[in-house]
Amino acid sequence: MTHLGYLLVGWGVSLGVGVAYATSLILRGRRLSARVPADRRRWMTTDDA
Amino acid sequence: MTAPAPAPSHTGSRTTRLLGIAVVVGVIALVLLGFFAAPEDDEQQDAVRMIFVHVPSALFTYIAFVTTAIGSVMWLLRRSVWWDTVAGAAAEIGVLFCGLTLFTGSVWGRPTWNTYWDWGDVRLVTTLILLLMMIGYLSVRSLGGDERATATRAAVIGVLAAVILPIVNRSVEWWENNTLHQKSSLTDGNLEDMTLFTIVVGLVVWGLFFAWSLIHRFRITWLERELRVSDLDLALRERRAEGHTEDGDS
Repeated sequence: MTHLGYLLVGWGVSLGVGVAYATSLILRGRRLSARVPADRRRWMTTDDA
Repeated sequence: MTAPAPAPSHTGSRTTRLLGIAVVVGVIALVLLGFFAAPEDDEQQDAVRMIFVHVPSALFTYIAFVTTAIGSVMWLLRRSVWWDTVAGAAAEIGVLFCGLTLFTGSVWGRPTWNTYWDWGDVRLVTTLILLLMMIGYLSVRSLGGDERATATRAAVIGVLAAVILPIVNRSVEWWENNTLHQKSSLTDGNLEDMTLFTIVVGLVVWGLFFAWSLIHRFRITWLERELRVSDLDLALRERRAEGHTEDGDS
């Protein structure tokens, strides 16, 4: 395969940044949920929570 | 009578979990299709496989910033906090996608144009201006102070940035002599069937990830607002309690 180095950098950074951002969102959500009183989290209460 | 479900300790839900699973499956399929099923290009050889991450990033940059513009207009017209929250969430994801568009385009440019960057290229420079404007938008949102004034200032930038979008998109046709960038890959009709199919898979994966991120980011902003209100309520209650104590003492 030609240009493999460029492909690995381009794909690797794209997928890596996506994973890092997704992880940061999950962690920020958990951290904030722990600080917000339960009655103020009702807006996103779902029966599958 | 059943007891109410406990408040969630995260920003996930059944919808986001399904979206997340679909994204993971989609990424695996995209890697397999992109590296092993899609054919190489006659001119670019395997470098063309960068298209499967570059084009979805670019398209969802536009979609994210159009979402921000719609949310901004709704804030300016109706003072809708829900839409303002959508606008901010979409802007952050759009900045991420726009950065990836520039990065993957630059890495792709080295083997195909023999350069990572060209300051005379209208597509590259207008995309960079768009990215800087939206970073400015996020900076204004993070300034703090009066929430309504901050939202209004950010909304004006969000609408102005949307004006640049058609210029970025059409730049390769309007200034075709000042760009190394090819015209739209999706509409020129020169793509192999499997290449086109893989691009569509990439667009679906990016779309699912955009939806997943937007929901989570929206809920984070909402929680941040709830936390501020909650802290304010607590401070007011404490102040009132102090007032009662002082009355009792006197």
